[in-house]
Amino acid sequence: MQLVDKDQVSKSLGGRLIRNNIMKFLFLLCTLVGLVVLVTLIVDTVLDGWNYLTWDFLTSFSSSRPENAGVYGAIIGSIWLMAVTAPVSIILSVGTAMYLEEYAPENRLTDFIKINISNLAGVPSVVFGLLGLTIFVRQLALGNSVLAAGLTLSLMILPVIVVSSQEAIRSVPSTVREASVGMGATKWQTVSRIILPAAIPGIITGIILALSRAIGETAPLVVLGVPVSLLVTPNSALDTFQALPMQIYNWVKMPQEEFQYLTAAGIIILLIILFLMNSVAIYIRNKFSKRY
Amino acid sequence: MTDSQLKEDKNMGTEMGTEIGTEVKQADNASGIIESGQPVFQAKDFNLWYADNHALQNINLTFSENEISAIIGPSGCGKSTFIKALNRMVELVPIVRTEGHILYRGDNIFDKKMTVEELRTKVGMVFQNPNPFPKSIYDNVAYGARVHGIKKKKILDQIVEKSLRGAAIWDEVKDRLNQNAYGLSGGQQQRVCIARALAIEPDVILMDEPTSALDPISTTKIEDLIQQLSKDYSIVVVTHNMQQAARVSDKTAFFYQGYVVEHDDTSAIFENPKDKRTEDYVSGRFG
Repeated sequence: MQLVDKDQVSKSLGGRLIRNNIMKFLFLLCTLVGLVVLVTLIVDTVLDGWNYLTWDFLTSFSSSRPENAGVYGAIIGSIWLMAVTAPVSIILSVGTAMYLEEYAPENRLTDFIKINISNLAGVPSVVFGLLGLTIFVRQLALGNSVLAAGLTLSLMILPVIVVSSQEAIRSVPSTVREASVGMGATKWQTVSRIILPAAIPGIITGIILALSRAIGETAPLVVLGVPVSLLVTPNSALDTFQALPMQIYNWVKMPQEEFQYLTAAGIIILLIILFLMNSVAIYIRNKFSKRY
Repeated sequence: MTDSQLKEDKNMGTEMGTEIGTEVKQADNASGIIESGQPVFQAKDFNLWYADNHALQNINLTFSENEISAIIGPSGCGKSTFIKALNRMVELVPIVRTEGHILYRGDNIFDKKMTVEELRTKVGMVFQNPNPFPKSIYDNVAYGARVHGIKKKKILDQIVEKSLRGAAIWDEVKDRLNQNAYGLSGGQQQRVCIARALAIEPDVILMDEPTSALDPISTTKIEDLIQQLSKDYSIVVVTHNMQQAARVSDKTAFFYQGYVVEHDDTSAIFENPKDKRTEDYVSGRFG
């Protein structure tokens, strides 16, 4: 008994191949939409801002007169901000991930914490701004300082780094863990000599992507009351500061047409910084990645 | 035509297999006469549960010094669980609960005074799948020594060479000690893992199906190696492969559904099993 009708099979072949090609085309189209929008945005921004990207623009403070305005204070402020955010968030989140993956007992509480850290990663940044305003700016009386903003941004990206670090740690095969503890190595020796070196590319990639998000973040800084115009750079983490995304946000609101071009120039600077940070992430990932 | 050819090949394979098997087995029977030494491991009424699953039931077993003990049994009989209990690796599974004693040279390994680090330094382990670290061959073998605080390059060099020689892989890797161990073949990786276990000069080596992921030639090499190592170490080897147990071991324990059915000289287990289940298993009727 023949259940497969050969004629029908050969007849349907043409249709199957056509549908196959249609789907391929549709998926390509979806990819192109995103790509075209991105390229348009970048080209438009570069065309607008290119002529304003001068040495003066990089070395001047903000000003109400567009011809004098620059991003010097904002760039230095953003660097200060990262100098606080990076160490605080890295130490706290890698430590948290290490504890949750390697040391925490497997029980409901640990599961609950793990799930909620993932949820925390989805909380809008403005909420973290409000948290920072209440705790760091008011309660701890840090004002709108680099420290207050840095701690706020650290809290914001903490769950992101924790989740990506957890994934990196989990991807280290349990067989090499067993090999290490099976030789009488302590947990810490196993973590520091085997697991961390193997997980470091994934951890660093997560860190840099999270810091890239932090450096471009505007909403929490608006809530914290970070100034948009300042003629000094901070001398310590307790001084107030300007930040690049705040500067851009401020220029967008200005009525004079020229400020729109400055906005574009500011965005180019921010994009270059992001691009450099991502390049570092990719470089580190490729340099340290280990094959299993 | 191809069918008959295949059949022929298969026959040849089995013939060769049995030939090698009996040959080595005979040699082994001779060595089986050796007097049993001091007990290294003694399990006394040992029970183990994975949550509600009673995986090991009233295990009473003794493994002696400088002996190769094989543990055989069908899948899920608890043989891997038992060997992992001997160096407490089984505790990495959080739902495990144990009762009873396992004595290592007279000391209960579950006693508070015995740290797992100390136990595992004396009781090394080779795993089912070759699991070298993503490091150079040298760093793999030196790992254990470094973990235990040996830092002098000269001593480490000696340890690495001695261990690699001991695992019969020195000649194959001596010119590429600084290359990643992942570049080696599976069989070579497994011998590097054995060298890594030897490097901390353990008293006992546990091997959990050490050849199940390897090709026949590598398997033969590892089996030869196991026999050589038994001069200096007590070895417990879990195996799925009955011929392997017959070829390499002095004593064999047959595990079935969490019980030790029979534990005796390997020749006795394979030639005069006392229990019907052992006989059925070793004659290939199940498992």
